[in-house]
Amino acid sequence: MQDPASHLDGYTEIKETTCYMCACRCGIRVHLRDGEVRYIDGNPKHPLNQGVICAKGSSGIMKQYSPARLTRPLRRKPGAKRGEGAFEPISWDEAFAILTERLSRLRAEDPKGFALFTGRDQMQALTGLFAKQFGTPNYAAHGGFCSVNMAAGLIYTIGGSFWEFGGPDLEHAKLFVMIGTAEDHHSNPLKIAISRFKRRGGRFIAINPIRTGYAAIADEWVPIKPGTDGALLLAIAHELLVKGLFDRDFLIRYTNAAELVIDDPSRADHGLFYRAEMHVENDCVDPQNKLWWDRAINGPISTHTPGAEPRLTGRYVLPDGTPVKPAFQLLKERLEQYPPEWAAPITGIAADTIRRLAHEMGVTARDHRIELPIKWTDCWDEEHESVTGNPVAFHAMRGLAAHSNGFQTIRALGVLMTLLGTIDRPGGFRHRAPFPRPIPPCPKPPAGAEAVQPNTPLEGMPLGWPARPEHLFVDEQGEALRIDKAFSWEYPLAVHGLMHAVITNAWRGDPYPIDTLLLFMANMAWNSTMNTVEVRKMLADQHPNGEYRIPFLVVCDTFASETVAFADLVLPDTTYLERHDVLSMLDRPISEFDGPVDAVRVPVLPPKGECKPFQEVLIELGWRLGLPAFTNPDGSRKYRDYPDFIINYETSPGSGIGFLAGWRGKNGDQVLKGEPNPRQWDIYAQNGCVFHHKLPPSYQYMRNWNQGYLHWARAHGLIRYTEPILIHLYSEVLQRFRLAAQGKWPGRRPPERLRKRVETYFDPLPFYYEPLEWQLIDTQKYPLRALTQRPMAMYHSWDSQNAWLRQIHSHNYLFMNPKMAQANGLEDGDWIWVESPWGKVRCMCRFSEAVEPGTVWTWNAIGKAAGAWGLAPDADEARKGFLLNHLIAEELPAHESAAHPANGDPVTGQAAWFDVRVRVYKAAANEPKVTAPQFKPMPRLPGQEPKRGKWQAYVAGLFGKNP
Amino acid sequence: MTQLALVIDLNVCVGCHACVTSCKEWNTSGWAGPLTDYNPYEGSPRGTFFNRVQTFEVGTFPNTETIHFPKSCLHCEEPPCVPVCPTGASYKRPDNGVVLVDYDKCIGCKYCSWACPYGARELDEQQKVMKKCTLCIDRITDESLPERERKPACVLACPTNARLFGDIHDPDSEVSVAIRERGGYQLMPEWGTKPANHYLPRRKTQLHIRPDELTRVDNPWRKEDITPYTGEESIDDVAWAAI
Amino acid sequence: MHPALSVILLTTAIGAGQGLFLAMITGQLYAIAHFLPVQEGQFYAFGSLLALAFLLAGLGASFFHLGHPERAWRAIAMWRTSWLSREVIVLPLVMILALAYGSAHAFGWTRPLFQIGESLQVDLSLLLGIAGTIATLALFVCTAMIYAAVRFLQEWHTPLTVSNFLFLGTASGFMLAAAYSAYLGNPLVTFYGTWSVILTLVGFISRFLHLRRNDRLKPKSTLQTAIGIRHTQIVQKAQGATGGSFNTGEFFHGQNPRLVYALRYLYLTLIFPIPVLLIGLSYVITSPRLPILAFGIQFLGLMVERWAFFAEARHPQNLYYQSVA
Repeated sequence: MQDPASHLDGYTEIKETTCYMCACRCGIRVHLRDGEVRYIDGNPKHPLNQGVICAKGSSGIMKQYSPARLTRPLRRKPGAKRGEGAFEPISWDEAFAILTERLSRLRAEDPKGFALFTGRDQMQALTGLFAKQFGTPNYAAHGGFCSVNMAAGLIYTIGGSFWEFGGPDLEHAKLFVMIGTAEDHHSNPLKIAISRFKRRGGRFIAINPIRTGYAAIADEWVPIKPGTDGALLLAIAHELLVKGLFDRDFLIRYTNAAELVIDDPSRADHGLFYRAEMHVENDCVDPQNKLWWDRAINGPISTHTPGAEPRLTGRYVLPDGTPVKPAFQLLKERLEQYPPEWAAPITGIAADTIRRLAHEMGVTARDHRIELPIKWTDCWDEEHESVTGNPVAFHAMRGLAAHSNGFQTIRALGVLMTLLGTIDRPGGFRHRAPFPRPIPPCPKPPAGAEAVQPNTPLEGMPLGWPARPEHLFVDEQGEALRIDKAFSWEYPLAVHGLMHAVITNAWRGDPYPIDTLLLFMANMAWNSTMNTVEVRKMLADQHPNGEYRIPFLVVCDTFASETVAFADLVLPDTTYLERHDVLSMLDRPISEFDGPVDAVRVPVLPPKGECKPFQEVLIELGWRLGLPAFTNPDGSRKYRDYPDFIINYETSPGSGIGFLAGWRGKNGDQVLKGEPNPRQWDIYAQNGCVFHHKLPPSYQYMRNWNQGYLHWARAHGLIRYTEPILIHLYSEVLQRFRLAAQGKWPGRRPPERLRKRVETYFDPLPFYYEPLEWQLIDTQKYPLRALTQRPMAMYHSWDSQNAWLRQIHSHNYLFMNPKMAQANGLEDGDWIWVESPWGKVRCMCRFSEAVEPGTVWTWNAIGKAAGAWGLAPDADEARKGFLLNHLIAEELPAHESAAHPANGDPVTGQAAWFDVRVRVYKAAANEPKVTAPQFKPMPRLPGQEPKRGKWQAYVAGLFGKNP
Repeated sequence: MTQLALVIDLNVCVGCHACVTSCKEWNTSGWAGPLTDYNPYEGSPRGTFFNRVQTFEVGTFPNTETIHFPKSCLHCEEPPCVPVCPTGASYKRPDNGVVLVDYDKCIGCKYCSWACPYGARELDEQQKVMKKCTLCIDRITDESLPERERKPACVLACPTNARLFGDIHDPDSEVSVAIRERGGYQLMPEWGTKPANHYLPRRKTQLHIRPDELTRVDNPWRKEDITPYTGEESIDDVAWAAI
Repeated sequence: MHPALSVILLTTAIGAGQGLFLAMITGQLYAIAHFLPVQEGQFYAFGSLLALAFLLAGLGASFFHLGHPERAWRAIAMWRTSWLSREVIVLPLVMILALAYGSAHAFGWTRPLFQIGESLQVDLSLLLGIAGTIATLALFVCTAMIYAAVRFLQEWHTPLTVSNFLFLGTASGFMLAAAYSAYLGNPLVTFYGTWSVILTLVGFISRFLHLRRNDRLKPKSTLQTAIGIRHTQIVQKAQGATGGSFNTGEFFHGQNPRLVYALRYLYLTLIFPIPVLLIGLSYVITSPRLPILAFGIQFLGLMVERWAFFAEARHPQNLYYQSVA
């Protein structure tokens, strides 16, 4: 054997780009040998991952060379039924012709007939632009079924949220509380940070029904019953108030805690802030024309009056006779209802533990204060000699979000973090640009039916941030105008749409039928949908006349997913190594706490076969359809291709704001805002495909109220206003909707059937309620709560086609506490049925001491439909792997507020994946040892590689028995 | 003499499998490759890996610890797999202590795997030779690589930096210090194989709050203790106070 | 451990071959000492050839165990440290000696070379026989030590492994010699029969002690030492691969433990009482079939025994491969 040191690696070159094995977006270096991928490692110069890479990133090779890849545009064979997977290859010209013909007609008749929904895409700014330009409101990405509660709950409270919008500052924190987070989201940066935090001796508490992943290395695991996090957070807040462990100064100056709320239920403006008459610039922001009750003068005073010290509690009467209370008084009254003894039976956490958690948080925040010698000036012109912080950091994700009480739970988290005084301060929660944004951010949905006009771009944004009932997208009767009913009174703050409602609504024709549904990398026939079995039927369902109920289905994907089988037209996308991409400030950048960061991908390999990046498809289609953003006034094509578009597109002529923030301006010397720079791609490529603008230290903290930062942000086009972004401890926005439900709001009001629902759930103060599904079903019969978690070595359904990653998780088990299992007569490894009111699945069980007894769980999306994802029908994924989605209803049972309510949060519509209740029992001995339900195997598609064979020996692009 | 080794910090390992696949991707196209896969897209897939991450549960609910446990060749100082090899294919490099297999000499008799209590060796079932972790010998000895990168792929990949790499015979090396100061231990010490790789145990940070820490003079409620007076009647207004 | 058919065949076949070769030499020695009638050279020659056939069969089987049999020659390299290497050297040596010994008889190379004392005529066959005896015994030790030397397999790591291989191998070889004699209608059938019964009984004692020892064996490694965590309750959840690996194939027999235990009674019956009874019966009823049947049954029993020998051995690596999830 050759000496390893003299082992030759052939002709190698290294190209830098950005990973896309998950949504984390680390910098990578792709090592090519003779033009094929030999090795992918983390880019050591990249701010996000600092050289490290995860299991998925390291397996990018097997994604690139996967036999599941689509390589040619396909059309459903004439005569073949939808869902059978019978296709014939066509050319791109034909594909564009089909799309152009159909979509032009729709755009001329009724643009609503076209719906564009995308999955884990990282280019919502482009897909959203396309939808807006087309004129359809029926656009959303995956957020509605992912974590919109987390986004909305915190953005409507603190002006920012977790993951790319902000996160725990573990560099400075001393106590880190992770609640409802598995191993996903911002994964490598969080892993880096948790490791350093632990090694520095920080204390790490994980609150989760399950102990895996990050929770595994926590100093303490607090098991909690799923769906009850709100109760815990409120009880902790209760104890903080009882013990006086809250940051009073922070609450007064930086939140609306001391602001006076009108307290007279008989009045139409009850529950709104008392607003003094003064000039208000715009209704986009929360105007600062409110009052405090000053201690010294014992009377009202303008907020933030120098020298004033307001009261946080009490009940007062203003000179004009208006009874008022400080918002904090209302919060105090609310929290009084939630002592730890109340939360204990709900959460399964002992009251003493809840108290101790509160004490740990409160005392750490109070007694371990950090002071950084950084001078800054607040919005009220007060200069501060230092930046201080209370070093208690939180991180939370879908465990809180994916419940129908998630929005209010996350509001409770926002309130708790605020009580501790930890927002955008060292050691607490820190924003990432472009956040903080106003509460709520400026973009608004279309205002009414007239926003949709033939051959005209949409008036308003397909997705926006309603601040009052007038921002809802409803018709005269107050009924939904979007296919997913987002921004209707059913889900007024559905800021990410409701992707999980699209297919069922379109199938039913409620609120109206659509013609063409374009799905981009969303596996809506499998793991991205609830009620999979029925949704698959809906996709293939026909009217009596033979026409499909969803007449035309276009799927763009890189791989032969389950959904591809249902397409009428398949567009083969590229992998991340074959295309240009931007991770834009307009969408989901990768900013750090210390300043804005965005990134790009550049192709390191040519596209396989006839694969075409979806971005190129949109830009070409946009021009063919004559959409103004993509077409010159003379009808000629505006952008040569996607890279050209990225460089030259400006949000409005001369705005200087485009997709990329770095190296703008003719000379590349502008940041965030500046003229297009024709060399921008080259400069990104020379800089590791990432742009990182570090702010001066004085702009890195307290940004909600940091005068310098806010002015800088406005000057650079991040925000429109420089008003302080006061934390909404008390949410006046929610109260406006509640008043409308109570018939007191002067403007729009909900339809009668929804009044009680809106009044109940649009509570301006966080509260706990049982998830909606539990209120409607027999929870005695279905005593268990079923969850999924995403394993760290898999990204949703993406990686079963990956020869290396699938070896780690080729099939899954239902994990359960042995005590519960034995009580149900189960033994470890048994084949069992797991049944919800909506369906049942046969699978294998695995005992685990790391799950609380009332919960069962499994890894998400390991199970696959036979034949999908380039796997043989006998693959473990189809025989032993299973999907929990079969058990989760996309709609709740009809009740007073709706005939077909989506299974989601009543505020945001967030898909309530984790509300599902199940029971488990042993499968009969004579049943096959195979998962159920089973589906007819999906055939190999034209353009897919032939079988790879039994053995695969990969060496830098070569396969074979003995390379 | 140098003895290179990995020190794996179970205190921070979150079980993400980054080390598993980064190892696979480096080595399958490297000196020790290919690392073949059987049934890559069919049935039950299995393949050659030099490194696996396993999961153990310690204790019973609710006092459960979930341990993620990466395991690869431990590069024993007294490697029992080496003397049993009939051909000399298994050897320990004298200059750095790395235990290697020369595929050209290996006859695939599997005897070395029997002689390893750790299950660190895996026969490549297609190539029919024994394979194992090489500590990325073709990286760590490649002087054309920058100094920072002359480390095993798993060490560079590990997001939590749970894998330390160095010479455990150098008392001042990072790994020696970690073993000494953070309770580094060896697996199955009962066999006297002296594994070079060590593991660092979990460590817990506790917070003790004394009752008196909950009572403070700067309790913010003190700022709210003054009650507003709006002229209501008091005892002072009505009491007779006659003796 | 996973019992590989190739290794089962290797060890049982060469055991019988070695035993038969020893039986031939023993017969000659007894004849020289006038305890037995002198046989014709053909008897020893064909006997040795039969022994060689078993040795060759074993060797052949062993090649199926190798990933690269074409490189098998390399295995002689590490004789200083590896019992496997030593076996690889000694096995051909035994085969050569068996061939030479048989040839000496076949071709009548029995002219005395020199004389020791008054009556011991030393000829080439005797010299080859003595060398063959030493080599054969060495081969028993080498083969057995391949297993006995693996200290991690505590079930194997005992001198009883060596005595098992020695006595069970010689018992089956002498049984084979009895069968061979019976087949030829040769009166030595009683002599070999008696020795095979004696060796079988010694083998039984050895194997019985071995089983008793193993039943009382406390595994030196535990899950606690395997992962270095002191707790009474440790359970594996995942082993890093759900589809299996080399480790889940090579070191597990994959059978119900109750089957392994039941097989113990099967092989103990097949190896010990039945052949002994059949041989005993052959003292009463002269039939060539009985010793042949005795050998056949014992050999079958030994194959089962060898299967169980592997299956009973618990490799400490298995601690790392308990569960999939």
